[in-house]
Amino acid sequence: MAAIDDLTEGRGSEPLGEMAAESPAMPEVVFDVEELSVYYGEFQAIQDASLKVHENEITAFIGPSGCGKTTLLRCFNRMNDLIETARVTGSLRYHGVDLYDSKVDAVEVRRRIGMVFQKPNPFPKSIRANVAYGPRVAGLAKKGPVMDDIVENSLRKAALWDEVKDRLDDNALGLSGGQQQRLCIARAIATDPDVLLMDEPCSALDPIATTRIEELMHGLKDDYSIVVVTHNMQQAARVSDRTAFFSVDVNPDSDNRTGILVEYDSTQQIFSNPSDERTENYVTGRFG
Amino acid sequence: METPDSVRGSLSLAALAGSPRRVRKERLISRVMFCAALVSVVVSALIIYALFSEAWIFMRDVDWSSTWGELGWFPRRGIYDMPTLLVASLWTTLIAMIVAAPLGMGAAIYLSEYARPTHRAILKPILEILAGIPSVVLGFFALLWLAPNVVAHIGGEGGRGSMLTAGIGVGILTVPLVASISEDAMAAVPKSLREASAGLGARNAVTTVRVVLPAAVSGLVASLIVAVSRALGETMVVFMAGGAADAAIRTYSPYDGSLTMPSAMASLASGTDQVVGEGLTFQSLFFVGLVLFLLTLGLNLVGDRFVNRVREQY
Repeated sequence: MAAIDDLTEGRGSEPLGEMAAESPAMPEVVFDVEELSVYYGEFQAIQDASLKVHENEITAFIGPSGCGKTTLLRCFNRMNDLIETARVTGSLRYHGVDLYDSKVDAVEVRRRIGMVFQKPNPFPKSIRANVAYGPRVAGLAKKGPVMDDIVENSLRKAALWDEVKDRLDDNALGLSGGQQQRLCIARAIATDPDVLLMDEPCSALDPIATTRIEELMHGLKDDYSIVVVTHNMQQAARVSDRTAFFSVDVNPDSDNRTGILVEYDSTQQIFSNPSDERTENYVTGRFG
Repeated sequence: METPDSVRGSLSLAALAGSPRRVRKERLISRVMFCAALVSVVVSALIIYALFSEAWIFMRDVDWSSTWGELGWFPRRGIYDMPTLLVASLWTTLIAMIVAAPLGMGAAIYLSEYARPTHRAILKPILEILAGIPSVVLGFFALLWLAPNVVAHIGGEGGRGSMLTAGIGVGILTVPLVASISEDAMAAVPKSLREASAGLGARNAVTTVRVVLPAAVSGLVASLIVAVSRALGETMVVFMAGGAADAAIRTYSPYDGSLTMPSAMASLASGTDQVVGEGLTFQSLFFVGLVLFLLTLGLNLVGDRFVNRVREQY
C-alpha cells in the first residue's frame, strides 16, 4: 500500500500504480469511494456515492445533467479544492491513502492523477511547450534530449505525433479541435500519471475526432486507469469496462437537486441487464 | 388593436408601417444623443486648435537657442530650457513607475489569483477609493508625510519637496490605474487555462507566472503605458511636492527640486500676476503643453493597441 508520505511533500520515488499486482483475479483497486458527499455551500451536489475504480480499466460515469458525475470526478484529483465553497465528506481512498487527509497536498495528487477537460484547453503556447509544461513544473526534466523524448513519447501515445512532428514549435491554438484535445491528453500523460480523468472529453468534438479519441482510450488502458464522464451512452458502452449510472434526486420541499449513484456494475451488465429500473429507463432512452 | 385573426387574414403595408409618432420620437432621441457626442468632439478639436495656434506663435517667434542648453527654466525672463523640464518629467515618471509597477501588479495578481472573495470584496473598493483621491490631497500627503518619513530616510531632505518626493507621490496615484488594468487583463485569461495548469500539478504561483501572466502580457504592458502617460501628465502632486515654484535650474539629481512639463505650466498660469513676463512667456506655456500632448497621445495610442490585442486574443 502507498504510504501517505508519497502524497505529501516531494514526489515519491516510484509511481504508486506499480505497487499492486498481488491478486491476479481482481484488478487492483485504484479509487475506493465510500459514502462520498460533496457540498457547494448549502447545496449538496452528490450524496453518499460508493464505488471502486479498478486498475487498467476504463470506468464510465453516465447520467443526466446535474447528477453530480463531474463533481465526483473532480474529487479524484482534488480539483474541487479550487472552488471556495466546496466541501467533501465520506472517504475517498487512492491506493489505500485517504485523499482528503489533511496532510495530503493536492498538487502531489494532481501530478499522479491527470485530467482532460470538457473543452480542449491547450495553453496559448507552442505544441512542445504544452506537452513539456507538466514535466517542467514537476521538475522531471528541463529542456534538452530528455524533455524531447518525453514530448515525443507523449505525443505518440496520444496518436498525435505524426500530425505535428514537423511543427512542434507552432502555436497549439492553430490545431483543430480534435487535435487540441489529443494534445491535452498528451500533456496529461507527459507527467507519467497513474490515472487519467476525462471530463466529457469528446463533447466539443465532431464524430470523427470522437472516434479517434475513443480508439486512443482503448490503447491508453494498458498503461493507465481511466475514469471518463460522458453524456453519450453509446460512448460509455463502446469504451468502458465498468459503468456507474447517476441520477438526480429532487427534494420536493426545497427543490434542491442532489446527484445520487444509482447503479455501478460491469458495462455489459448495465446496458444489457440493469438491476435498477431507473438505469433501465435511462439506457433504453426512456428518460434523460 | 387588431385581432390576431385579421392580421393572419390579410396583411397590409399599413400594419407593418409602425406608429409614425414613435418613429419620429426615436429619430429625435438619436439626434439629441448625436449632438451630445458631437460636443465632446468639438471641444477636443477646440483644445487642439488653441494649443497649436499659441504654440505656433511661440515656435515662429522664439529664439530657439533659448530653448536648449540654458541654465534652466525661467520663462518670465525669456529662458525656456526644455531639457530642464524633460529631465524632471523623466525622473518623476521613472520614480513613479518604480513605485507603481510592482505595487500595482502585485495588487492585481493578489486580487485576480489569490484573494478569497471576502478579501477581494474589501480590497477592491479600497483601491477604487485610492483612485478617487484628489491629486491635491496626495500632493499634501507627499509633502507633509512622504518627504519627512520616506524621502528623508533614502538620502533626501525631509523639509521640502523634490523630484523624488513628487515621483513617489505620483507613483501612489497611479497604483490603482496599474492594478485595475492589469487585473482586467488577468481576469480575461480563461479559467480553463488555470484549471489545465492546476490539473498538471502546478501550484498557484507557477500557474500565475507561467500561464496567466504570459497570456495577459499585452494588457500588463498596456497598464504600464497608460500609467506612464498619466504620470507624465500629472500636475498637482508634482507642482506641490516637486520642490520648485515658478522657475527651476536644470538638475539631474532626483533629490533636487525641479519643474516637470505640467507643473511648469501650472506654475506659470497661477499666482497673482498671472502670466506676465517677456513677450513669449504666455505662448511658452502652450508650447510645453503641445510637447506634453504629443507625448501622451503617442503613448496612449501605443497603449490602446496593446489593450486591443488583449481583446482580440480571447
